[in-house]
Amino acid sequence: MIDLHGFGHLLLAGTWVTVKLALVSLSLGLVFGLLGAAAKLSEYKVLRAIATTYTTLIRGIPELLIVFAIYFGGSALVMAAASMFGYDEYIEVNPFMAGVAALSIAFGAYATEVFRMAILSIPQGQWESAQALGMTRAKTFFRIILPQVWRVALPGLGNLFQVLLKDTALVSVVGLQDIIRQATTAVSATNEPFTFYLAAACIYLILTAFATAGTLWMERACTPQARYKG
Amino acid sequence: MNWDIIIQYYPKLLEGALLTLELVLISGVIGVAMAVPIALMRASKTPWLRVFPFCFIYFFRGTPLLIQIFLIYYGASQFEAVRDSALWVILKEPYWCAIIAFTLNTAAYSAELFRGAIQAIPNGELEAADAFGMNWLLKTRRIVIPRAFGIALPAYGNEVVLMLKSSALASTITLLDLTGMARTIQARTYTPVELFTAAGFIYLVMAAIVIGLFRYMESRFNRYQYYKPNVDQMGVDKQ
Repeated sequence: MIDLHGFGHLLLAGTWVTVKLALVSLSLGLVFGLLGAAAKLSEYKVLRAIATTYTTLIRGIPELLIVFAIYFGGSALVMAAASMFGYDEYIEVNPFMAGVAALSIAFGAYATEVFRMAILSIPQGQWESAQALGMTRAKTFFRIILPQVWRVALPGLGNLFQVLLKDTALVSVVGLQDIIRQATTAVSATNEPFTFYLAAACIYLILTAFATAGTLWMERACTPQARYKG
Repeated sequence: MNWDIIIQYYPKLLEGALLTLELVLISGVIGVAMAVPIALMRASKTPWLRVFPFCFIYFFRGTPLLIQIFLIYYGASQFEAVRDSALWVILKEPYWCAIIAFTLNTAAYSAELFRGAIQAIPNGELEAADAFGMNWLLKTRRIVIPRAFGIALPAYGNEVVLMLKSSALASTITLLDLTGMARTIQARTYTPVELFTAAGFIYLVMAAIVIGLFRYMESRFNRYQYYKPNVDQMGVDKQ
């Protein structure tokens, strides 16, 4: 077995930070994705233009650059705002917050496309029959369309979550104490980079395996018709 | 926005962009060359041949690229044997470590794409090749690879854009690619907003060029999909 020289608990603490970061970014990113898809399918040209700009920009720029822009640019903006109130000390944006912002914005851009395709795959007749029952558009969306969209979008969202989980590693570059950062700490104490980075890689493999299993379970849960044997 | 900063440092940023392109191009070419045999093994019908490509793809797709870079750049130095070997000339350079990491990473992702494409080739075409008496090598060279190439092309275009984006990670091992350059300059000038916007713009332009290139390639290689016979001019009745 690999000898971790008593740094195992550090790696575990880092794992917890990574999981928290991934889950918070996921929930925020899903909101961004739904909003983006709603804007892309909206009848207002301005909303469509905003959503298209959002997805095109974010999907063409490296996630690492987004992390840097929010971390360094964010503190510059906050400091500019603070200096208006006469506070001129250095303010640093919390790396966790910067990470959540960057990762959920990136996730949201890709999720927008997944949700948009899923919403479009629901037959128009569903909207019409809900209207015939006297439902408002908002009610139709939440009661009729969204539960079905979820089922279609799940495999795509599962893939995006895998990407998100791996992208959490980027936030270690701006100082978040995640798995990689903790592994680096252990490396500088023990001078065994291969051992600790390999251990970190194994933790990621376990995390992605859990994420895959979770997605498969949810897919199974929301497609009962596939299990029906008659 | 301080435009002077952007104009002053634009040549430097373009220099970084050149390194980014170089990394993507070199690792992309070697990566594809590696991905084809791996995909063939992965799609093979012999179970023990599928074990190695499965593990390779699983590892490189299941772990963050950042950790793969660190494993190669910092990890290799842990072993005395590596430091004493001739390989050390390569492994101590961040440039080559980045290329090795990107190559293995993109090889894993494209191997999985190519495997999907190989398995999507209609069975009738392979049977037809067998009926002509082609042996395995000829069938693979003449039928499987060209067909899989056409099927995988759009997905591979996406992979190249993703690779362009992940090449930003080269900046974490001191390379001055586009992201690294922007970061180094902003550490000196304290103008993060201007520099990261300018760098982001250059990335967008590069991504647009890659996307355009692959659209063009697709219209060339998959021309049969867009082919519409001009029935009227040939004097044939439309039934």
